[in-house]
Amino acid sequence: MTDLLSRHSFVELGARQRARALLDSGTFRELIDPFQRVMSPWLSRQGVVPQADDGVVIAKGSIAGLPVVIAAIEGNFQGGSLGEVGGAKIAGALELAAEDNRKGIETRAVLLLETGGVRLQEANLGLAAIADIHAAIVDLRQYQPVIGVVAGSVGCFGGMSIAAGLCSYLVVTREARLGLNGPQVIEQEAGLEEYDSRDRPFIWSLTGGEQRFNSGLADRYVADDVAQLQQTVTALLQQGVPAQQRSRQAEHYLARLNELDASPHIDAATVRALYQGERS
Amino acid sequence: MRGLQWFNALSAGPAAVAGLPASLKVADGMLGGQPVRFIAVVTDPDNRFPRARTGEVGLLEGWGLAKAVDDAIARGDQRPIIAIVDVPSQAYGRREEALGIHQALAAAADSYARARLAGHPVIALLVGKAMSGAFLAHGYQANRLIALRDPGVMVHAMGKASAARVTLRSVEELEALAASVPPMAYDIESFASLGLLWETLSVSQIEQPTADDVARVGDCLLKAIRDVDGRDLSGRLGASNRAASSHVRQLLREQW
Repeated sequence: MTDLLSRHSFVELGARQRARALLDSGTFRELIDPFQRVMSPWLSRQGVVPQADDGVVIAKGSIAGLPVVIAAIEGNFQGGSLGEVGGAKIAGALELAAEDNRKGIETRAVLLLETGGVRLQEANLGLAAIADIHAAIVDLRQYQPVIGVVAGSVGCFGGMSIAAGLCSYLVVTREARLGLNGPQVIEQEAGLEEYDSRDRPFIWSLTGGEQRFNSGLADRYVADDVAQLQQTVTALLQQGVPAQQRSRQAEHYLARLNELDASPHIDAATVRALYQGERS
Repeated sequence: MRGLQWFNALSAGPAAVAGLPASLKVADGMLGGQPVRFIAVVTDPDNRFPRARTGEVGLLEGWGLAKAVDDAIARGDQRPIIAIVDVPSQAYGRREEALGIHQALAAAADSYARARLAGHPVIALLVGKAMSGAFLAHGYQANRLIALRDPGVMVHAMGKASAARVTLRSVEELEALAASVPPMAYDIESFASLGLLWETLSVSQIEQPTADDVARVGDCLLKAIRDVDGRDLSGRLGASNRAASSHVRQLLREQW
């Protein structure tokens, strides 16, 4: 109980507060802040009120003295969806971080991912921006760790779940969900029997943070606590680039999938056993 | 079947990589006197994963694409890689989500991006649908995008029915908006206005390409390969319908 009382929820913080909470005190500096009003050129003509930061916060600063750029997505604006401006903010920041490294400045990146993926009102420009983000993560990752954090409560879906899969390290909480397709879309495309989007325990059991960690699809599982997240991100930044990147293990995963009996429907325990063996 | 038709027409010779799922076609051919790797995702009615039987990019396809591209990188000769794109969607299913299809697609995007960074000219040839996560995994990391002009060639983030449901609109409302908002449209002309394509070209028989069609597309691919002058995706910026993407980058650079 004392443990619970001493915790400060990270999930309850907005994107800007999250970035500030992770950075060393006094080092937060936002780029293209909301007063510059760089907003989506596409939303208002569709009757959707745009937001002054387009739902993405880019902040530079340091973590344990290391130079860092944070891209934080605001899950409360349009479901954290990425349009042209928000997507370009993330891609552009990662591109500049990679450029820094080529000039000898060791800028790292942290991505705070609360997003449904492409903003459908800007469909193809969101998709193009996410391809740019993928490209920039793979580029920067050669030099420095790119750390993805899915804290919740929106989770990380669509093309940005692929971005999460490209990160050097992925941190999740119990409030996190991570998956390519949102439950509603799977139900729409494949039917209720395949995926019941209203069955929350079922969806959580397959795509929740704890399950992703226990099946080796995330690297750290932490409590929803500012201090613990801060410590975890710091330790991963200090660890440097990983020896083995998860997205480069095609042989391993193809071998595992070949062992699977794909006929019956699948449950969480089967995934853990298949991917982790005795660890689960 | 377009993807398979164009793969068969452009490539030659035996399979280049062993141990890939039947839904992937991978072979090397010759273009302008140099070896070129062609990769296509095709239908496989016997796919072990039922939601990936009609050309979708699923678990086996994502990891398999990664393996096929990694194999090209390992050859060390920077051979061009041509992704022939005819992918209706990613696989939507319970098995796919449970087993981490996002990670499989990340592996494919990772390999294509690393090939590009390693100096392979990577070209995507759009001959059919290029939808959402499937396109992100197979084609969108290319240095150059080429699309055939045809109503069946389209790029989008989500099918119309699902997009309508998620945005709380009717399909008719969605179509009306798509007609006036270029990034929301499903046709290739609107997509071209975003500046993301390097070239579009018409052929006489897109379903069953003629010898002349194949020759012209091969010529265009060769020009694209020779046009590649960098290892990033900056060649896609600059269109007026994508002005904010450049503007944001400029501001970030000034404030960095």
